[in-house]
Amino acid sequence: MSDAFSSSFVRRDLLAERPAPVKTTGFIGLMRTRLFNSPTNILLTILGALLLWFTIVPSVKFLMVDAVWSGKDRTACIAENAGFAVGACWPYIQAKLPQLIYGFYPEAERWRVNLTLLLAAVLLLPLLVPRLPAKSLNAGLFFAAFPVVAFFLLHGGGIKGFGLSWTAGLLQLFDESIVGAGQALLTSSETSAIAPLLWIVGSLIVLLGTAIHWLIFPLTWLRDYIQGTGQPVWADFAITAAIVCLVAFVLGGGVRTGGRALASSIATFIGIAIVIKLMDLDHGGLPVVTTNLWGGLLVTLVVSVTGIVTSLPIGIALALGRRSTIPLIRIFSIAFIEFWRGVPLITVLFFATYMLPLFLPGNFSVDGLVRALIGIALFTGAYQAENVRGGLAAIPRGQSEAAAALGLSWWKTTSLIVLPQALRHVIPNLVNSFISLFKDTSLVSIVALFDLLGSLRASFSDPKWSTPSTAFTGFAFAGIIYFMFCFGMSRYSLFVEHRLNAHRRN
Amino acid sequence: MSTEARKPPPQIALKIRRILGGKAGWNGVAVQFAFAAILGWIGYEIVSNARANLENQHIAAGFGFLRNNAGFDVNQTLISYTGSDTFLRVFVVGLLNTLVVSVVGIVFATVIGFIVALCRLSPNWLLSRVGEIYVEVIRNLPVLFQILFWYLAVLAALPNPRQSISLLGIAFLSNRGLVVPSPIGQSGLEPFLAMLALGVVASLALRFHARRALFQEGRMIRIWPYVLGLLLGLPLATVLVFGLPFTFELPQLRGFNFAGGSRIIPEFVALTVALSTYTAAFIAEIVRAGILSVHKGQMEAGSSLGLSRGATLRLIVVPQAMRVIVPPLTNQYLNLTKNSSLAVAIGYPDLVSVFAGTSLSQTGQAIEIIAMTMGIYLLISLLTSAVMSVYGWRVSRSLGA
Repeated sequence: MSDAFSSSFVRRDLLAERPAPVKTTGFIGLMRTRLFNSPTNILLTILGALLLWFTIVPSVKFLMVDAVWSGKDRTACIAENAGFAVGACWPYIQAKLPQLIYGFYPEAERWRVNLTLLLAAVLLLPLLVPRLPAKSLNAGLFFAAFPVVAFFLLHGGGIKGFGLSWTAGLLQLFDESIVGAGQALLTSSETSAIAPLLWIVGSLIVLLGTAIHWLIFPLTWLRDYIQGTGQPVWADFAITAAIVCLVAFVLGGGVRTGGRALASSIATFIGIAIVIKLMDLDHGGLPVVTTNLWGGLLVTLVVSVTGIVTSLPIGIALALGRRSTIPLIRIFSIAFIEFWRGVPLITVLFFATYMLPLFLPGNFSVDGLVRALIGIALFTGAYQAENVRGGLAAIPRGQSEAAAALGLSWWKTTSLIVLPQALRHVIPNLVNSFISLFKDTSLVSIVALFDLLGSLRASFSDPKWSTPSTAFTGFAFAGIIYFMFCFGMSRYSLFVEHRLNAHRRN
Repeated sequence: MSTEARKPPPQIALKIRRILGGKAGWNGVAVQFAFAAILGWIGYEIVSNARANLENQHIAAGFGFLRNNAGFDVNQTLISYTGSDTFLRVFVVGLLNTLVVSVVGIVFATVIGFIVALCRLSPNWLLSRVGEIYVEVIRNLPVLFQILFWYLAVLAALPNPRQSISLLGIAFLSNRGLVVPSPIGQSGLEPFLAMLALGVVASLALRFHARRALFQEGRMIRIWPYVLGLLLGLPLATVLVFGLPFTFELPQLRGFNFAGGSRIIPEFVALTVALSTYTAAFIAEIVRAGILSVHKGQMEAGSSLGLSRGATLRLIVVPQAMRVIVPPLTNQYLNLTKNSSLAVAIGYPDLVSVFAGTSLSQTGQAIEIIAMTMGIYLLISLLTSAVMSVYGWRVSRSLGA
């Protein structure tokens, strides 16, 4: 026993205490491990500190310490009067703030802009919080109802008819154009080499136009009759509501399952009626403020929100078209997408400003803002199409095959099974596109629209406020606004991405 | 009794249906027919309206105006141009200006972008934060905002030529632009250029030979001393024999402005700075993502083979990262080229500014001019995407092998 004891090694005393391991957490740990752990790293740290010192300190000094905070005109921001090297000239921003936000929107009517912005915020915020309920109702209100209400709020004016009159008017326009095309073919057939062919095609088209004319005759007659009555808007509204509700009821499945569709369409029309009554649209509505008076942040937001709302349907349609099995539609979608993605936005805006009016009938003048909006919608739509296509490609084939096995049609498969999943997948990409759209709205200032940047640039030329620091102050202010919007959106897209990838986190 | 396989029935109707209507069959044909009719109708409307409108405005359609005299001056031209030249020459001048600002911007953007990416990837905490701040701030501000900021605020705040900022006494920065020494060719220029070209060709051949030796026979040939000698020594020897290839004409301050040297207009400076810093932020993110996309195991495998850290990076990590980096990087180059059209906001004479801007307002030929401008950009981007798809095909082939 003692033998075994002596031959084996058994420790009798404690080891000497070792020093505690080097701390790798907290500020000290950070300094040790990531800032000063090697000579190169010390050098890099000094370099970084110098970079920060030469950018942050002068900026803070310019924006806060050396800034002038009050004054009536440029004299307050001149170094000789202030007694020190003047930084930012904030009174200039104070004086120009209405112009930077509203442009030349009449002062008495600015509550309309505020109300619109408030409405947008109230509708948008619950849409962004994933936990809140009633997403589809909310999205419907924001993407469909809000743009219309915002138009009548911001632009003003009323309506003379409703769905029936508009449909009749559109169909009549279409019919006239078809008959015109047929007549043009008939006249050119008199001199052409392939006269008989042209004559036949022309006659066919004219025949088609005449047929459409008689087909829509009840509609136009009804419209003319309604316009003769004392309450054209409300009569039209009632007829449209009745027709649409009936159609929704029948399409929804008739007596058996159509109740839901009927109820929702009735609710929609009641909502529309309340809006019409509240805003007095049947009696001319609010006073008209033409778009050349709009400006500043208002135009920036109008352009970006319209771009967001209109580009998404265009993008979805083009993405579906690009994946279609029908050759002509696929070729058209590819060509359309690649064309808009291949040219710079500024040429698109030039196209919309100078070329688009030439393509429309001479008596049909389009507002400058609307022209830019059309250009931006087409341009962004092409980019959104590629985003949506990415989402569609990410959905496994099994999903649509399972839907087909259940007997769903292509439309039902797409709208109920594939698209909802695809869109959820690409929310971060869509938001990133919206960020670049928001930044790109600044380009409309080149085609003579005064958005935030355009108003800023215009305010530089005011001699009342021309000081050495005016330009820097203006850019600092606009930069902060742009940064807040874009940074907020990018954080939101990160948040959504994080949520969507929750199952992949480890 | 032969049991040869029967030929399948021809099924001509099925084939026609497939060609005409895709998988949707006769339904597809009907949809296509309706779609074509709608497109035809829209096309007819556009053409007839455009014809009527042009007639009302007394504008003759067609490209005949390209032969007319432009009658305006352009303040930066790479080829000789006067006001009496044609609109076609304006088009070429503008296109060259667009290309020059794009190329210079791409070079600077790549350099800055890689530096910022390295900063962000650096183990140094402070430096990676600095890189992050740069990327976040630059990416969240509109590029037009940045162009105007550099042009209207920074460059306008520079002193006038008489008090211009001297950069080592050879270049001068003022609110009239950047004045740099201009090279003037001497007698030794041609042999110098010839030797330089020879050196480049010889180095490439040497590299090709060395790689073949490495891949086929496993021989390592150290070529860099020879390459250095070819690229530096050969031109230097020519200079010693034939004299200096060119001399620099230094700018001199005379009166209120500089004489001699060549002036880079402030619009060019502002546009280049804004475009390259803006695109650099995106490039930095692409490079960072590309390097992070290479699995950590690759680095560890490299060091377990006994390669040094530099060799691992150069031979293992970077080639794999490049596959991920190159396609979006090209996309950014394309974006920079397209964004250079914002020159119109500050009056740099690029394609959009002189052709779609000044020429359009002088002639009123909106359709032709905008179609030509869009066509050029479309051509550039389609060419790039064609090259990229060839690259993607090669990469996928090499991955598959």
